[in-house]
Amino acid sequence: MTSMAGVVVVGGGQAAFSVVSTLRASGYAAPVTVFAAEPHLPYQRPPLSKKAHTEPEGLRVELVPESFYRERNIDLRLGDDVVALDTAAATVVTRTGARVPYAHLVLATGARNRPLPVPGAELDGVHALRSLDDALTIGRALTTARDVVVVGGGFIGLELARVALARGARVTVVELADRLLSRAVSRELELPLRERHEHAGVRVLTGTGVRALEGPGRVDRVVTDREVLAADLVVYGIGAIPRDDLAREAGLAVDDGVVVDEQLRSVTDPRISAVGDCARHPHPHAEGLVRLESVQNAIDQGTLVGRRIAGSPASYESLPWFWSDQGDLRLQIAGLRSPADEVRLVPGDSPERLAGYAFRDGLLVAVETLNWPAEHLAARRLLERRTPVLAGDLAGTTLGALARARRAAEVRA
Amino acid sequence: MPTVIFQLPDGTERKVTAASGTALMQAAVSNGVPGIVAECGGNASCATCHVYVDAAQSGLAGPPNDVEDEMLDFTAAERRPTSRLSCQIHLSDALDGLVVHVPEEQV
Ligand SMILES: Cc1cc2nc3c(=O)[nH]c(=O)nc-3n(C[C@H](O)[C@H](O)[C@H](O)COP(=O)(O)OP(=O)(O)OC[C@H]3O[C@@H](n4cnc5c(N)ncnc54)[C@H](O)[C@@H]3O)c2cc1C
Ligand code: FES
Repeated sequence: MTSMAGVVVVGGGQAAFSVVSTLRASGYAAPVTVFAAEPHLPYQRPPLSKKAHTEPEGLRVELVPESFYRERNIDLRLGDDVVALDTAAATVVTRTGARVPYAHLVLATGARNRPLPVPGAELDGVHALRSLDDALTIGRALTTARDVVVVGGGFIGLELARVALARGARVTVVELADRLLSRAVSRELELPLRERHEHAGVRVLTGTGVRALEGPGRVDRVVTDREVLAADLVVYGIGAIPRDDLAREAGLAVDDGVVVDEQLRSVTDPRISAVGDCARHPHPHAEGLVRLESVQNAIDQGTLVGRRIAGSPASYESLPWFWSDQGDLRLQIAGLRSPADEVRLVPGDSPERLAGYAFRDGLLVAVETLNWPAEHLAARRLLERRTPVLAGDLAGTTLGALARARRAAEVRA
Repeated sequence: MPTVIFQLPDGTERKVTAASGTALMQAAVSNGVPGIVAECGGNASCATCHVYVDAAQSGLAGPPNDVEDEMLDFTAAERRPTSRLSCQIHLSDALDGLVVHVPEEQV
């Protein structure tokens, strides 16, 4: 009976796709069912804030075509969300009232945007960006927008700011913290990054709170702590909240994300796993539990759980990495930095390139790069192998050069 | 529409047909060719779409661009003279019949 039930995946995003494609590639033969709330085939989100607005017509973001699922006998139920879990009966309940049993359940529900907690957030012309539909709406709004205010100086905000600028709008980024990307990027790298955005023409107001959005039905101004900004389009990106309500209501351990063990199983119920943006998990590079919002994490966690269910268990230890394209700036991060780490900035071989090496107790733990993908990859190779790189090893040289030298030494040995 | 052949590490091959202009990486992913991970979705950011162009055809696909060339030094599987990032190869009729080898590892 249970072997007939197979795997049920809740969520139709990057992580869900990774789970089901891995299951079939690993020879898993029992039924696989995906419940996906959105009406679209599973798609990639990164282009939404980078490209959707410059190429709204030609935007192709789906991960694979519909035939992929059909050929692999993956039952993809688009536009049907799971509304409850019955863990005692090992069954999910969907909006349309279907009750579907599972041998194993995977939660891949992602995250939702943190709502903007100020008066006027419901006015026309105020948008957040998470889904393909959001991106198309913002893309259309950008055809006429002259004054764009971006609330939140995080990745999505800065990417959108540069897209709006490229579309010919005047753009102001309003950020409450005293700097941009305060959680994600070191202060050392933030300075040159901010300069480059300002040089490109983005106005940046840090240490500035938004008090209200105002207008006659449609937004036309943003009231901040400092000044009132004209706006015909407001986009906000002030962080995401994991979609862990199903798990919480079903009595699973939840703490800003579904709490899972090193194999990504719910600590409450080993028949349930959680992957991607909605999972809080142990990681060898982190102290305590972390929740990561990145494509790498969604793919690698989905792969790990797919393989485990198909019979090859392992612990999750992939090196975290991330990228963000903000206009002509390609920001990449390898490893997990914490605020106390010491960061040394190193210029690249051309003026637009820059790297920040983060050291903890003299050991390299993370690397931030601007417009320098090769240095980013070298960092990933070195950090992945967990061969120690000391601050002294990097005196007067780059990781790329160090990685090449170490590889040459290995070949000789 | 050009047809390309992916030789997999297990010795099997996959024939894929895709419209001109499609990135080779996209053609692989859309058809579920295993071993092309493409984490960054074709942005020349991740090097998880590494392939070896068949030695007999190395001229056909041309050389890597500058950024790609640097990135190829740090792929998970060894770099060879015929290494390319498949997201940087765009299909055209001239590439009809292209054979590429998928490396053992990408990450
Ligand atoms: C605009 C944008 C740009 C980004 N850019 C980058 C980038 O450049 N680099 C990077 O590494 N990461 C980026 N990210 C983050 C990355 O896209 C996410 O980390 C990744 O998509 C997480 O995958 P996921 O499957 O966990 O969640 P998602 O991809 O969010 O998928 C979750 C899906 O589950 C569905 N769902 C939720 N609840 C239910 C339910 N009860 N029943 C059925 N379905 C449900 C949702 O509708 C959603 O489609 C970006 C994110 C956004 C929004
Ligand atoms: S898909 Fe990431 S570099 Fe090609």
